[in-house]
Amino acid sequence: MNSIIVLSVLGLANLFLGFLRSNRLLLPVAMLILLVALGVNYLDWNTGPLSFFSGMLVVDNFSVAFTGIVVVTALLLLPFSQKYVRDGEPNLAEYYSLLLFSLVGAIMLVSYNHLLMLFLGIEILSVAMYVLAGSDKRNLRSNEAALKYFLMGSFFTGVLLFGVALIYGATGTFELSQISAAVQNPAPGFESLTPMLYIGMLIMLVGIGFKVSAAPFHFWTPDVYEGTPTFFAAFMSTVVKTAGFAAFLKLLVQAFPAANAQGVWLPTLTAMCVLTLLIGNVGAVTQTSVKRMLAYSSISHAGYLLIALVAFNGQLYGASANGIMFYSLAYSVATVSAFGVLKLVADARMREDYDGLNGLAKTNPLLAFALTVSMLSLAGIPLTGGFFGKFFIFSAAVENGYIGLVVFAVVMSMVSIYYYLRPIIAMYMRPAEDETTATPVPVGPFQSATLLLLALLTVVLGVLPGLVAGML
Amino acid sequence: MDQNIPQVIQTVPLQYYVFFAAALFSIGVLGVLTRRNAIIIFMCVELMLNAVNVLLTAFSAYRADPNGQVFVFFIMAVAAAEVAVGLAIIVMIYRNVQHTAVNLLNRLKF
Repeated sequence: MNSIIVLSVLGLANLFLGFLRSNRLLLPVAMLILLVALGVNYLDWNTGPLSFFSGMLVVDNFSVAFTGIVVVTALLLLPFSQKYVRDGEPNLAEYYSLLLFSLVGAIMLVSYNHLLMLFLGIEILSVAMYVLAGSDKRNLRSNEAALKYFLMGSFFTGVLLFGVALIYGATGTFELSQISAAVQNPAPGFESLTPMLYIGMLIMLVGIGFKVSAAPFHFWTPDVYEGTPTFFAAFMSTVVKTAGFAAFLKLLVQAFPAANAQGVWLPTLTAMCVLTLLIGNVGAVTQTSVKRMLAYSSISHAGYLLIALVAFNGQLYGASANGIMFYSLAYSVATVSAFGVLKLVADARMREDYDGLNGLAKTNPLLAFALTVSMLSLAGIPLTGGFFGKFFIFSAAVENGYIGLVVFAVVMSMVSIYYYLRPIIAMYMRPAEDETTATPVPVGPFQSATLLLLALLTVVLGVLPGLVAGML
Repeated sequence: MDQNIPQVIQTVPLQYYVFFAAALFSIGVLGVLTRRNAIIIFMCVELMLNAVNVLLTAFSAYRADPNGQVFVFFIMAVAAAEVAVGLAIIVMIYRNVQHTAVNLLNRLKF
């Protein structure tokens, strides 16, 4: 809760820095604001559930942990915006403020206890992202990404709200725990409304499934990620996804844990999970652009996270929550690093396909190393964070008897090794083709340090998973 | 104006409101799926949101529970914010391609 206040107030203050003639202050100030937010967020750790706004927001260890993940992700991502600072981008203060505001939405999403806060969180997060998707105003691809994201996003917000309205009609409340009670024992006069409740629940699944890009509502993801400026695409695929899955888990665990409700959403979610894994991984294989491959990879990771939702064990603090938290952290760290390297290379070489990476190991060994570590982590190779992320989720699923699902997911992650190894092969085994790929990509010392830190984090998560894994 | 508004709302059976809202919502969905002009698509989205508002108000009046009506205010406020951003995006595109038809935008392909 304090982090929401800090980010909103300092985010507003940050807007005024836009009046300054020079851009140089903006990046340090934005990072400082995030550090302050991280600090006040840490103060809430283990203080027990605190509720705000008559119980609409609840801050507990679950929300503090996920808030930490999204703020740290944003913090690690910011150094890659240095090019905007150097180029004298006129609207940089607004971009940073919008990022801070969308973090506020993400924090509301991980700590809501009332469907109104879920809706507001999703909207605060998305409206800021609609603007940032179109931030490259003269570029038609960025325009198209913004329009597609906006039209699809507001359409699915409407869908989500229709589900909320039907649930309200069937239970008479928006509060998660009261919905859960009403699902188990409908109040007098509400018994005949259970079908409406189930329909509302499924419609809500569609709405949130869109936000986390689960198939069959994933179709916007590759187009929007490809058109969006890389820096903001990285933000979308990490922060939005982490917050979305935390919200998804909270909804299922706190509002619909009852057996009768599970009988409806569990098969639906399982089908979505299988479809997401299939489409994400098979789709990524056929791509020629690294950025599009990363977009499909983010769909496939949504599939792995859906397994954790399917295999949940009825409580917020269990294997499922821990699995999702660890996976989100490992995935975010690796994805930030991948998008960061891609942005640096694409800014210098003006291309985003695999061949643009040719010979990178010769010209920029550090970039090649960072991208290699992140690709291995995304593929789930041991000694990286991604391995334990998958391991925790798969073992939770096996314990709950979803062996078929796990076997399918393992087969799919074998497919994923193919497309995650392609950038590594391009960087290490292919010679530079021409003048542009033979010249080193300019990298600032700050960015090098961040990339090294990201690689180190990935390895630490892969060697000592216990540091984070048992937190919830 | 001393009439009790929830009682006025309750003169129509609740299921009629549900059918009405569902019909409005479906018209909105249909419009989003079939129309090609970004502004019309956007209007259809607003229609969907208003269907939700009708539904929430009706439930709220029938249950004598103000929560639903407060939710409606939030939806209206957020929809207004969305309109501001959405129209800005559409204007930005109009400046670049001199049109608002969504099928002109096909630079990103599957």
